[in-house]
Amino acid sequence: MAKTAESSVSLTGRHLLGIADLTPGEIALVLDTADAMKEIGGRAIKKVPALRGRTVINLFFEPSTRTRMSFEIAEKRLSADTLNFAAASSSLSKGETLIDTARNLEAMAPDIIVVRHASSGAAHLLSRVCRSRIVNAGDGMHEHPTQALLDAFTIRERKGRLEGLKVAIVGDLAHSRVLRSNLLLLTKMGADVTACGPATLLPPGLAEAGARVTTSLDEAVEGADVVMMLRVQHERMQGLFLPSVREYFTLFGLTEARLRRAKDDVIVMHPGPMNRGVEIDSAVADGPWSVILDQVANGVAVRMAVLYLMAGDSHEMAS
Amino acid sequence: MSSVVALDAERITRSLMRIAHEIVEKHPSDSAASLALVGIRQRGVPLARRLAANIQSITGLEVPTGALDITLYRDDLMRHAVGHQPIVRSTDIPFSIDDKRIVLVDDVLYTGRTIRAAIDALIDFGRPSVIQLVVLVDRGHRELPIKPDYVGKNIPTSRQQSVQVRLQEIDGKDEVVIDGENR
Amino acid sequence: MKWLLKGGTLIDPVAGINGARDVLVEHGRIARVGSDLPAGDAVVREVPKGTVIVPGLIDMHVHLREPGQEHKETVATGVASAVAGGFTAVACMPNTDPVNDNAGITGYILKRAAEANLARVYPIGAVSLGSKGEQLTEIGDLKRAGCVAISDDGRPVANALLMRRALEYAGMFDMPVIDHCEDASLKGDGVAHEGPKSAMLGLKGLPAVAETLIVDRGILLSEVTGSRFHVAHMSVATALRAVREGKSRGVRVTCEVAPHHFTLTDAALEGYDTNTKMNPPLREMSDVEAMVSGLADGSIDVIATDHAPHHADEKALEFDRAPFGIVGLETAVPLCFDRLVHKGIISLPRLVELLSVNPARILGVEGGTLREGAAADITLLAPDLRTRIAAQSLVSKSKNTPFDGWELTGAPAATIVGGRIVYVNGAVTWPTGWNLDVA
Repeated sequence: MAKTAESSVSLTGRHLLGIADLTPGEIALVLDTADAMKEIGGRAIKKVPALRGRTVINLFFEPSTRTRMSFEIAEKRLSADTLNFAAASSSLSKGETLIDTARNLEAMAPDIIVVRHASSGAAHLLSRVCRSRIVNAGDGMHEHPTQALLDAFTIRERKGRLEGLKVAIVGDLAHSRVLRSNLLLLTKMGADVTACGPATLLPPGLAEAGARVTTSLDEAVEGADVVMMLRVQHERMQGLFLPSVREYFTLFGLTEARLRRAKDDVIVMHPGPMNRGVEIDSAVADGPWSVILDQVANGVAVRMAVLYLMAGDSHEMAS
Repeated sequence: MSSVVALDAERITRSLMRIAHEIVEKHPSDSAASLALVGIRQRGVPLARRLAANIQSITGLEVPTGALDITLYRDDLMRHAVGHQPIVRSTDIPFSIDDKRIVLVDDVLYTGRTIRAAIDALIDFGRPSVIQLVVLVDRGHRELPIKPDYVGKNIPTSRQQSVQVRLQEIDGKDEVVIDGENR
Repeated sequence: MKWLLKGGTLIDPVAGINGARDVLVEHGRIARVGSDLPAGDAVVREVPKGTVIVPGLIDMHVHLREPGQEHKETVATGVASAVAGGFTAVACMPNTDPVNDNAGITGYILKRAAEANLARVYPIGAVSLGSKGEQLTEIGDLKRAGCVAISDDGRPVANALLMRRALEYAGMFDMPVIDHCEDASLKGDGVAHEGPKSAMLGLKGLPAVAETLIVDRGILLSEVTGSRFHVAHMSVATALRAVREGKSRGVRVTCEVAPHHFTLTDAALEGYDTNTKMNPPLREMSDVEAMVSGLADGSIDVIATDHAPHHADEKALEFDRAPFGIVGLETAVPLCFDRLVHKGIISLPRLVELLSVNPARILGVEGGTLREGAAADITLLAPDLRTRIAAQSLVSKSKNTPFDGWELTGAPAATIVGGRIVYVNGAVTWPTGWNLDVA
């Protein structure tokens, strides 16, 4: 596993808005740093003073216990002061605008704002308006960079590398920010990605972005090193995208039988929360191929790495 | 720029053996059992391993050895106006340090801030009964009240000079070189 | 008042003129057009060398926002923006608040325009009451009140039956039906052109076929009814193909394109600037190339800006929440020069057709040529003037443009409405006599 050189690769003073802005070198830097951070989670005192005295605000406009907690633990392990702001976000409600909310928070001089929002581009909007560094914890259907980074960390941990691996990503591709971030990251790092989903949920541009595209689960799983299942929301069953859960599970649900086409040492991943019996069978989710719980553990280490690398004397940076 | 070899490979080997003997002398059998070595990354680590091997060759005792990365405890983190965060490497201390007699090992002792960070890191790991310090080179100019217990060589330097320690395991050869003029 | 416009090059394709000509203006009308006209008792206003004189430019797709949304624009600020862009007349869409679906609102708009006394305003009335798509408006009454066309712009005409009835009815008055062609079911919650770019940006898509489907509908119904159908803000290659095909069959279909649809692609959405959000959205390169080819070969009839002012607060939102639309009156002429004329894609006479002759013909209003006796609506152009678009300096009340900072060659030099000088471009070096005329 190649370590990054002490070179000009750096994330200091930057925003993390998406994998699209990261070079392969920067991605490797995050993963290597996460290695070191993971060890801290194994100690009795799970704390280092690296971000002592820094303020991080978790600005979550979409409800998300799991991701928010992961960030919060990461922030606390680095000794940062954490504030959680759960804002109501509805396109119908005429509340405070995103920009006004952010400007009000800026008055507390946070070093970093971690934002999750239902609108694609929300993190970009904040980065234009705020002096704080912005970490995108998921914006609409656009990107979820820390998810892709923790997925890559998990794959690398199990497989020793990313390059040349055959990765299948299956599910509601049209609406998934996890797909977009993972596709960008894995292709940048030299993996071979196959995107699979029902024709009604295939967005344009996947092939241009470097993926093989198929509507056949068997074809996608064939010889795969990694199978990543995406969550399919129940709303999609109501609309005109999918007729029923039953049909979806029959065609695209990952069961033990369908997994047999993959390599013997295949790993199965899922960003969570899972819909058991919709996109994934319990036997697979809880079986020996599953690294789903590792993903959660690794999420903390990766987020610690991101926060550590982005921090730096932010006040000097701003002037 | 002038370059002087202050310690060659043979001198380094003999210093490490002498230090191993000193450690053994200070730790009669009952306290030797709780002895552990922790090398400070990067070059403190191979030095700690060599010391452990030396101690084993003297007493037959296998001393637990660990590696400590102190980057996250540095007091100058977040103070770089330009440039990037220092690279964090992993810490690997595969034993409990509670009630142990820890001997920290580093290559060069200068201002003492690295050792301060290492002590803070160790305290977060547990509660050692004693912490002592081995350095291969003490170049002076302390900024904190830190004192080594075992020293390879005292080399007074000026602030303009730099001390380069090269080790076989990392650099392919053993030597300590002083660059620059002693003004 | 009698004055002589001297020293310019007149481009008047209807009159077959493309050369040095002077224009004599008297009592607000064209008195004479000719070479080296004697001044007599007229005030002489000489133009700088290189100035091009054209029949007043007409923007047939503008949102003036009054009544109801005066924080974005008013009739007064809108017509001021128009003349600053070189336009002597605009046709304004009915999606105000309340909708212009009756003679009262039409009259109100015309009153405001008269008070402002700058560019002429030709209201376009709604097809259906409230533009709700349920009941036809009193189209005859709207025409009598001064409307020149009908449209439910902002929305498509709700269904095929309504479109058919609207075409049949408006046909009695030879008024065109202008349609914002977009299938309501296919558009969904789209905010950007459905394609690889919007997919990677995570923005819901507006598929091209949603536009073409309704263009096809309009063309077929126009064929059936024999009435005039005009495609508003066309943006996709397949829609142009349908228009070309319809024209070749003799269908009375016309179409317009906005400058942003022949100068920008959806690549501009990178970074989520809401000043790149409008409907129809910025499309792919192949669509832009198709629009350019249609402008060149004559299958596109009109360039119209779809000037859609929005307050800065409204645009300072997440991309999917921001309203659609950009201003366009003051950026149109520089873009047309820089990206079409100077690139050799269209000639100056063709530009005049697109911005004056055809809009006048389609709306059935005076203009498009400097005929003796006609109102003296004249636009002076400076084809080689270097212009830098500065959003904050726009005359319009709103500044929502994606072209901020663009350096372009070509600009309006002056605008004359009814013989009065209503706009003079201060960046041009003028000889004496070029001041704004008080009414």
